[in-house]
Amino acid sequence: MATVWYALVALMLATYVILDGFDLGAGALHLIAARSDEERRAVLHAIGPVWDGNEVWLLAAGGTLFYAFPLLYASSFSGFYLPLNMVLWLLIFRAIGIEFRQHISESVWRDFFDGVFSIASILLIILFGAAFGNVIRGVPLAADHTFFVPLWTNFLPGANPGALDWYTLLAAILAVCALSMHGALYLIMKTEGALNARLRRIVRPLFAAVALLTLAALPASVAVRPSLLDNYRAGPTGWIIPVAVIAGLAGAFVFTRNGNERNAFLSSCLYLLAMLSGAAFALYPVLLPASGDPANNVTIANAAAGPSSLSIGLIWWSIGMAIAVAYFVIVYSMFRGKVSVASTTHM
Amino acid sequence: MNDAQLIDRLHFAFTITYHYIFPQLTMGLAPLMVTLETLYLRTGNPDYEAGVRFWTRIFGINFVTGVVTGIPMEFQFGTNWSRFSLATGGVIAQPLAMEGVFSFFLESAFLGLFLFGHKRLGRWGHWAAGVMVFIGSWLSGFFIVMADAWMQHPVAYRRLADGSFEVTSLLGVITNPWGLIQYSHVMSGAVITGAFAMAATGAYYLLSGRAPGFGRMFLRIGVIAGAIASLAQIFPTGDMHGKYMAQHQPATTAAMEALFHTEIGAPLVILGQPDIEHERIDNPIIVNRLLSFLIYGTPDARVRGLTDFPKQNWPDNIPLVYFAYHIMAGLGTLFAAIMCVAAFLLWRGALFRAKWMLWIVLLAFPFPFIANIAGWITAEVGRQPWLVYNLLRTADGFSPTVSAGNALFTLLGFMGMYAMLSIFYLFLVQRELAHGPAPASQQTPETPATISGAY
Ligand code: HDD
Ligand code: HEM
Ligand code: HEM
Repeated sequence: MATVWYALVALMLATYVILDGFDLGAGALHLIAARSDEERRAVLHAIGPVWDGNEVWLLAAGGTLFYAFPLLYASSFSGFYLPLNMVLWLLIFRAIGIEFRQHISESVWRDFFDGVFSIASILLIILFGAAFGNVIRGVPLAADHTFFVPLWTNFLPGANPGALDWYTLLAAILAVCALSMHGALYLIMKTEGALNARLRRIVRPLFAAVALLTLAALPASVAVRPSLLDNYRAGPTGWIIPVAVIAGLAGAFVFTRNGNERNAFLSSCLYLLAMLSGAAFALYPVLLPASGDPANNVTIANAAAGPSSLSIGLIWWSIGMAIAVAYFVIVYSMFRGKVSVASTTHM
Repeated sequence: MNDAQLIDRLHFAFTITYHYIFPQLTMGLAPLMVTLETLYLRTGNPDYEAGVRFWTRIFGINFVTGVVTGIPMEFQFGTNWSRFSLATGGVIAQPLAMEGVFSFFLESAFLGLFLFGHKRLGRWGHWAAGVMVFIGSWLSGFFIVMADAWMQHPVAYRRLADGSFEVTSLLGVITNPWGLIQYSHVMSGAVITGAFAMAATGAYYLLSGRAPGFGRMFLRIGVIAGAIASLAQIFPTGDMHGKYMAQHQPATTAAMEALFHTEIGAPLVILGQPDIEHERIDNPIIVNRLLSFLIYGTPDARVRGLTDFPKQNWPDNIPLVYFAYHIMAGLGTLFAAIMCVAAFLLWRGALFRAKWMLWIVLLAFPFPFIANIAGWITAEVGRQPWLVYNLLRTADGFSPTVSAGNALFTLLGFMGMYAMLSIFYLFLVQRELAHGPAPASQQTPETPATISGAY
């Protein structure tokens, strides 16, 4: 039962990364890619009606994590206290940047809000990427499964690491490139004209960067956590994941070439999904590894809520998710199609 | 008290109090906007639609501010209250996760449609989207109140070997009798906020001579809804809440009334300052035997005073509980009086000319916010020293690994963020008020945009 919840929480987080990932990526490119007020409005229109719904996946995943694995929620949220609070502040800045811009027409304010939105998006991606790196590298868990990481120590992933070290920074840079690529592919699909052409130019070097960094991440990860390959060694099923990573990345590249914008974006979704599944598969059954004694790991077994709580939840969760997915289908189909730069209305 | 604990408590109190400023208006305005839109569909009068559009813009700004201040709340249980989360996650997190899955998805999806879908959805579709937003916001309130109610009055749980809690019946948790009473009182309080905001806006447009047609429309709806909700706030919801409390949290009731000694035929203190050192009320103005009557329905009932309970189970800030409670109840009485007079004038057709009344309605709009927050402070500080009543102490709930210095750092950070947010919020709402509702003939064509409104 607990394993089912592990898969469900992982799936919700992956959905969050894929969905909010494209609006974060769009934010990261906002200042570079969209130059005029019309273009910036087009970017905001492309994500405007959906970004809040995308972000709800983070909340729902957080709530579900809290409920299914209280120990993981308690230990990691208090342990990552400082970076997590910064994430919260950045989420506030970012929402202000998107939402308050339109209520003010002076161009100074619009530039200000555009800047707030874009910078907050980039910093958020960095923090999310680093968080991902932390989970793979491990944190200094004590015997009672508590820990506290400072923002940084000596930038080395040793026994007493900070939230930022060379490895998690590598993860952060990979995240910035990968989500920028993802956001660019989403925007290419949603825009036209000069903006579309500029985005196509921007995305090309991003493909190369993502490919190189993904390649570099593998040995780096094994270096900081050698046990990462255990689950892969155990059986062949896991090997489908790297294949999917490569297929996703190649697909994004090829489809962009051919002008098949939708498939390019879907390929990039596949890439992200495969990367995250790869990590989830490698960690299982650990939820949060200890950088010291593995006996202190937070695992599915020691973190899961009581059995009757878990089975009660499965019922309402399935119903609720089915409804939520239906909403998403409705909303995305209502706002499908390109936003046009000139009139800023959906066609 | 441990320093870190004190700061964690202030942290929670500050961020939740600030958050609650916005949802109460969201939940209060949503049914009123649906009312406006229903009137539009029934009468075909385009002014109603213009009225809806006007409120939609303010609603959008308010909603976004509610969202950004709500997200930190969801994470704060883990960051600052990790031992509490660990112990109660199996129960508390259930309604929290349900809130995300059932109501936040719904709200965020339909708000987008409600705000930009005028053309795409057609009249009925747009109305339906509005109804969904309304349901979504009221469901949010429901799940979160049920989480809080479980802390006030734990039901349907079992303790595991490690001391943590587990749900035995989900239905039990979401039909907690305490929670149902609390929910009706909270929602009625939110409608009071929404109704006063709408009525005050109407009064402002009438008094300033701008858009008098809209002024009358907003006043009519605001006053009718406000009168109903203000009465419902006192009776039956407030009354039931008080009676249920006296039964299940008698020490809290004693603190709310600052009743130190058990009395037969206990008086109700209208004014006066609790003096903890001497266990008495200074400068009291009292009504004899009223408290006994209010709680038990007979003037001679016995009401237990604080000295009946061990001191370590007294709420740790009795004056705050007492004042917060008296502010809430005092304002509640005032709201009912204001709205009943205004409704009477409306009925006699004299309201729109009665300048003095319009001024009162206009100036009253901040007070429902104060009453709602005072009510929550009564409930939450009154629950102390427990996080989960009689089961888990507040001192056993905060995060052991987060030092006082780190907690203070983020508390100050949130204060700074929220100061900035307040400035933007007030500035933007003031612009919308100054801009006012546009008569149907002057509407600009709509464009899709973000959740707080169109570009
Ligand atoms: C506009 C807001 C408002 C107004 C006018 C009132 N209340 Fe209230 N009250 C609330 C808003 C509120 C609230 C914010 O909704 C609370 C806080 C927590 C809760 O459950 O509801 C609350 C709590 C609350 C409690 C529970 C406190 C606890 O749990 O410790 C009682 C006994 C009352 N109220 C009683 C009353 C009475 C008798 C009122 C009449 C005069 C009254 N309230 C007016
Ligand atoms: C919007 C309404 C609410 C307000 C204004 C409010 C207010 C407060 C205040 C003032 C405190 C500090 C009490 C003290 O330290 O003496 C507090 C504490 C707390 N409340 Fe609430 N509360 C609200 C809703 C909720 C809800 C819905 C929950 C649960 C789901 C909740 C859970 C808690 C917790 C966990 C604490 C921290 C521990 C403590 O200090 O007691 N509150 N709240
Ligand atoms: C500890 C307690 C609380 C937590 C964890 C919390 C969490 C949240 C979150 C995460 C959001 C944003 C949702 C989105 O992204 O769409 C939100 C908004 C909202 N919350 Fe809270 N909240 C708390 C207290 C309350 C209380 C006490 C109420 C009402 C009684 C309430 C009612 C709402 C409503 C109606 C919204 C919709 C947005 C808005 O109104 O501005 N919340 N809350």
